Amino acid sequence: MTEPILELQGVTKIYGRTVANDAVDFRVEPGRIHAVLGENGAGKSTLMKIIYGVVKPDAGQVAWNGKAVDITSPAHARRLGIGMVFQHFSLFETLTVTENISLAVPGRKQELNARIRAASARFGLDVEPDARVHSLTVGERQRIEILRCILQEPKLIILDEPTSVLPPQGIARLFETLRALAAEGIAVIFISHKLDEIRALCDTATIMRAGRVVGVVDPRRETSKSLTKLMIGREVAAMKSRRSGPAGSEVLQVSDLDYIPENPYAPRLEKLNLTLRAGDILGIAGVSGNGQDALTRVLSGEITTDPDRVVMNGAAIGAKGPAARRKLGLHFIPEERLGRGAVPSHSLSQNAGLTTYHAGLLNSGFLRLGARRARATAMIDAMDVRCSGPEAAAQSLSGGNLQKFIVSRELALGPKVLIAEQPTWGVDVGAAAAIRQCLLNLRDEGVALLIVSEELEELMEVCDRIQVMFRGRLSPSIRVGETDIEHIGLAMAGDFDELALTDD
Amino acid sequence: MTKLTLEPRSEASAFAPVLVAALALVLTCIGGAVLFAIYGVSPIKGLHAVFVEPLLTTYGIGEVLLKMAPLLLIAQGLAIGFRAQVWNIGAEGQLILGAIAASILAIQFDGTTSPLLLPAMVLAGMLAGMAWAAIAAALRTQFNANEILVTFMLTNVALQLLYYLVTGPLRDPMGFNFPQSISFGQSATFPLIVSGTRANASLLLGLGVTIVAWVFVRYSFANYKLSVGGLAPGAAFYAGFSSKRAIWIALLVSGGAAGMAGVGEVAGPLGQLQRNISPGYGYAGIIVAVLGGLHPVGILFASAIMALVYVGGDFALLSVGVPDAVTGILQGLLLISYLACSLLLTMRLRWAREVPA
Repeated sequence: MTEPILELQGVTKIYGRTVANDAVDFRVEPGRIHAVLGENGAGKSTLMKIIYGVVKPDAGQVAWNGKAVDITSPAHARRLGIGMVFQHFSLFETLTVTENISLAVPGRKQELNARIRAASARFGLDVEPDARVHSLTVGERQRIEILRCILQEPKLIILDEPTSVLPPQGIARLFETLRALAAEGIAVIFISHKLDEIRALCDTATIMRAGRVVGVVDPRRETSKSLTKLMIGREVAAMKSRRSGPAGSEVLQVSDLDYIPENPYAPRLEKLNLTLRAGDILGIAGVSGNGQDALTRVLSGEITTDPDRVVMNGAAIGAKGPAARRKLGLHFIPEERLGRGAVPSHSLSQNAGLTTYHAGLLNSGFLRLGARRARATAMIDAMDVRCSGPEAAAQSLSGGNLQKFIVSRELALGPKVLIAEQPTWGVDVGAAAAIRQCLLNLRDEGVALLIVSEELEELMEVCDRIQVMFRGRLSPSIRVGETDIEHIGLAMAGDFDELALTDD
Repeated sequence: MTKLTLEPRSEASAFAPVLVAALALVLTCIGGAVLFAIYGVSPIKGLHAVFVEPLLTTYGIGEVLLKMAPLLLIAQGLAIGFRAQVWNIGAEGQLILGAIAASILAIQFDGTTSPLLLPAMVLAGMLAGMAWAAIAAALRTQFNANEILVTFMLTNVALQLLYYLVTGPLRDPMGFNFPQSISFGQSATFPLIVSGTRANASLLLGLGVTIVAWVFVRYSFANYKLSVGGLAPGAAFYAGFSSKRAIWIALLVSGGAAGMAGVGEVAGPLGQLQRNISPGYGYAGIIVAVLGGLHPVGILFASAIMALVYVGGDFALLSVGVPDAVTGILQGLLLISYLACSLLLTMRLRWAREVPA
């Protein structure tokens, strides 16, 4: 066993009544790619914040290069040689790549340009130093973040869910980069909940559950099933399989939709066409930021258009707002749970009404508090939401449990059309399986569904058809089973010709 | 080794708002004591004059109740808008418009004994306050003009309008050119509710509005939509609640309440329209709304405390001889202390053990 570059012993961090990290032991060796695996709320981020000097542990020791240290701030961590690439980038869009990097790395521009090019070539991080960030793709932006990290010559790099924003080809490239870094003796901590990625990339995996380390394994020798079992402490029930019968009638059509967003950096929507059918799930694949947000808002009614652009059961509804569409049976599960899908400081009871008041919770302008509470309780029971009861504040729930509550709420009134945006994003494995099963059940009951997701595996698993979104355009629809992940991946990078076109 | 640290509360404490208001009051007293010491007055005597003396006589209590009425009305209206993040800073102007509208009726129907005159004045005042606030609502919803600036600036317009009217069309022709209207008749003034004092029935109006506000906040769908819009605009948008409607409701309700407060002044202690009809009730109402935690019951207590500071300032002027600016300073201290302490609504203090390095 080589000497660890970083070693944590008995690290404990307590927030109020929650033990975020409970006597965690964790060691990382140089030149290794080390996965940290766990459900939401398992304590991964707290552990990383401790390593990066953002929070101080309540107890325990941190040793760097064999010496005990007290990492007091991210700046201190960087001086020690610890770099971190966050899930959300911190880049100035109007500046060039070099200018962005120069904010963190000293040196003259010419010199820096040369260093950027050298590091780009060495680690396969292609990026044009003089390009302005707003013109770059998400993958390129991530490469800037990694470059910025590397140029500070770290001995340890932490990457927080780096693949969640990348198309499949981008993921393969990122892995090559990380392997090249490890080959130079740099230790890499890779945080993810995607088991196949961890098995393909990492040498060691530390698995966390409820603030504790429950196992340190070699992921290459484990199966996804065994890792899942370690991670959630039980096995996940197998999904019921895909549709047997043919799709039903057309329920909702979007035709030749154009939309110019206010934000100049958001893509404009061009000539979008899609059709939702009863008992059929359409998936929208694509890297986020390609117009999915505007598309779902157009469908939900948060963005209104000419009436004829959106037609539901023969009625032109393009000009109707969200409340009017909900009365027609069109429900929407948004990507942001806190602040959009739910009011953070309101109780679950209050949030139960957010989209269901029109159906029996009002008595001539006044709230029926008892009925609202009963409905919230029913929503909690229907999806097995873990919470202290209907009076719990939405923000007190974990991300997965709040999402289960929101899904339960949008199903409570029996939707005819359901739009779901990233329904399992950041949700733990158990809750994600429950939500997917729920969507499949709805499909079998004859509901027309649309799912927007960045996770191709998820779309391939639950959808009947897929359309790819790229820079505000939608590919024709293609049946799942008549294509594979590689071809959809190419379409996600803009090459729609790669799809075997079988529009129905 | 331990040190004091702040950490987020895991759940909202029901007790915290009361604690925070009490703490703010204590800090204000400490600040007031320092202020009195600077003036060379015994802090104990000074604080006694402000916070205790007014409550020792029936007259003093009556004065507190008198000042409480407009504060209560204004703050209950403002709080409904503040919860929706609609910031009406111009209650003073809406109060003036309410006073003007009521005065026009009182002057027009001078000499009548009809019991309908006073209710008609209240209604007219309310509508005038609403109309004044509606200007800001229209500009905000049509042109996205910031309602804070518009309502604030309209207060100055209202003042100029008042000055014009009391020196021109509404001036008492027999009043030796003093800028004031005729004195209103009995049927155009609120009856007194405590004999030997000036406290009048406009306080009952304030209490009535408090009950309506409590029911509105607790049970109405309209308030639910307003609060969603204030707490999470994205959620209101997602749910399909109209933000324009929220702006209209917030401004009309607060404008109407401030207009009624204006009626309470001209049909109460003043008994006529003058140049000075409010010692800044419209602004003090903002403090009352915030101090009361934007809650109808909290506002009831906050308005009493604020009224006490108003009256206590006058008492201190007489009994210990400090300038009447003390009132304004104490009100400001109260607001600043409350805002500082309100950190404790979402965070709590804890003695944390230092991590051994």
